[in-house]
Amino acid sequence: MTKLPRWADVVLVPLICLIIAFAFSAILIAAIGQSPAHAIWIMIDGSLGSTYGLGYTLYFATNFIFTGLAVSIAFQASLFNIGGEGQATLGGLGTALACLLIPWPHWSLALMASILASAAFGAAWALLPAWLQARRGSHIVITTMMFNFIAYALMNYVLVNILRPQGSMDPATARFPVTVNLPKLGDILGVVGIPFSSKNPANISFLIAIALAFAVWVLLWHTRLGYALRAFGKQEKAAIYAGIDPVRITIYALLLSGGISGLMAINAVQGAAHRLVLNSVEGAGFIGIAVALMGRNHPFGIVLASLLFGFLYQGGTQLALGTTIPREVITVLQALVILFTGALPYMVQRPLEALFARLARKEAA
Amino acid sequence: MELASFLQILDSTVRLATPLLFACIAGLYSERSGVFDIGLEGKMLVAAFAAASASYATGNVWIGTAAGIGAALLFAAIHGLASITFRGNQLISGVAINFLASGLTVVLGSTWFKLGGQTPALTDGARFADITLPFARPATESLSGVGFVSGFYSHVISGHSILVYVALLLVPATWWLLYRTRFGLRLRAVGENPAAVDTAGVSVVALRYSAVAITGLLCGLAGAYMSMGLSAGFLREMTAGRGYIALAALIFAKWRPWYALAACMLFGLLDAVAIRFQNIDIGLLVIPVQFTQALPYILTVIILAGFVGKAIPPRAGGEPYVKER
Repeated sequence: MTKLPRWADVVLVPLICLIIAFAFSAILIAAIGQSPAHAIWIMIDGSLGSTYGLGYTLYFATNFIFTGLAVSIAFQASLFNIGGEGQATLGGLGTALACLLIPWPHWSLALMASILASAAFGAAWALLPAWLQARRGSHIVITTMMFNFIAYALMNYVLVNILRPQGSMDPATARFPVTVNLPKLGDILGVVGIPFSSKNPANISFLIAIALAFAVWVLLWHTRLGYALRAFGKQEKAAIYAGIDPVRITIYALLLSGGISGLMAINAVQGAAHRLVLNSVEGAGFIGIAVALMGRNHPFGIVLASLLFGFLYQGGTQLALGTTIPREVITVLQALVILFTGALPYMVQRPLEALFARLARKEAA
Repeated sequence: MELASFLQILDSTVRLATPLLFACIAGLYSERSGVFDIGLEGKMLVAAFAAASASYATGNVWIGTAAGIGAALLFAAIHGLASITFRGNQLISGVAINFLASGLTVVLGSTWFKLGGQTPALTDGARFADITLPFARPATESLSGVGFVSGFYSHVISGHSILVYVALLLVPATWWLLYRTRFGLRLRAVGENPAAVDTAGVSVVALRYSAVAITGLLCGLAGAYMSMGLSAGFLREMTAGRGYIALAALIFAKWRPWYALAACMLFGLLDAVAIRFQNIDIGLLVIPVQFTQALPYILTVIILAGFVGKAIPPRAGGEPYVKER
């Protein structure tokens, strides 16, 4: 069978998957007696209709860029890191410690410290699964999944027994000092004269996430390590024959992945919540899987897919506020996107291949 | 510890281990046939929801059970389609199924019952009744002054709903099916070396689909027990990671039925202890409840690390089978 042209593989397949997922979700909304057209209008209006809504969209998208890049860098090495949730949770702990333990005179210093701390904590949480995968052959999916639950229990213990301020019933840390609060995206855009609402959590982390996406692209396609990583992912035996150390590359890939997951905390914990709560990640680690699949494992695609999911998340919140449609409709949509782009791509690819083959024959005739 | 509270812990161990056991044996069939299934959680959740909804609507626990099984079978069919027919990534399909269940149950539940995602409480006929075995004291009777043997029989062995006994019988039944029948031999073979099974003229696709269907059936029972046995109705996210614990138990048991029983009982015991004691003071130090809760996962990682006997999954697990042309 003829292979699909590259543009069809990169653009058409995810687009068709997305349309199918949307169609099923529309059927679901219609089935619960609501109007899909009205729902999509509320979502668009609430997430893109004002700079206030747009800020929320960008805030969610920032989280997903981090977790999506994390999943994809491991995917490139043929490793499925399902532990983004746990690694980002630990990243939150790193950020909270960096913000609470040292009285920073300025946010920029605090940001640098929390970038280092969150990445280090996230990477550390990936280290043991990485080592077990590389050295002992323990399946990375299962170990990282177990580490998600262990992270949750650990965080529960740390927040309830150690970091909780005296007299507080909430399993959460104290508020961070205002000096470590990150500049809002609205304030930054205001400096260059673009009016943008500051009453939303979008902050400088969005720009950091974009820069990181670029850095990941450079790393993967323009460095030795990136080459080794991709070669290992494409053909393990050939990579080993070419002198790539499988143990080292597995550990590097997962440390990078864990570190990038951990970085999510600068947006969610330092940038928005200003304290560490029990469930600071809120499922973003798992959405990273959908984002990486949808974005075809490429940083540029991941940024686009993150914006799409940011729109869906903000839109879903608006749905819950403005209609009786529960916001979990978005969870269903997310599940369908994962299902069609990640587990059923051949279902879309095969008919497309047949179609393209027929077109090619017609042209030849 | 007093005898009474000791017996109570064992009693709740059996109750809490039952959904784990159903889900664990469910996963055993699928994974032994070479189809990884991290979607046990989702199938349990959707089954718990469908069972409670149908049982509430009809007032009949058996119609509820059938609905639970039906829903889990439907989800199993999606997994089969993705992993067997379309040769997709089995792990990603499992992740998708978990999210699908998590979203769908809340969307449908809050639309149907207007209770924010839970079903109304189920009354007697719509729940599984506890069975009192012959010669056992009724479960309501006080535990004070009861001897160990009589207390153990009356409160730990007797006094559970029918599904608890079904789950326990499932263990020898699975052992027999797996190691003493032709179907079992083929099932194990297709998970190790599908090409050999294919060469012998047996359909790999049919075998794997039947294994995935059994997984769906058993996840249906796990969910039905969750919402109609363990509690009286569906709550959102009520499976609370039990599907993953069952998966951990399956690895802990190294994909063998009798060990699965032991692993599920152990994890059920940990759950019962965590619920009853919170933090445990053992003199020198206090074991925090979070540690007890995380222990199943920690133990599984240790087993996976291979320091205490290596857990080796079925060799063809996770690989879609492509017939040679």
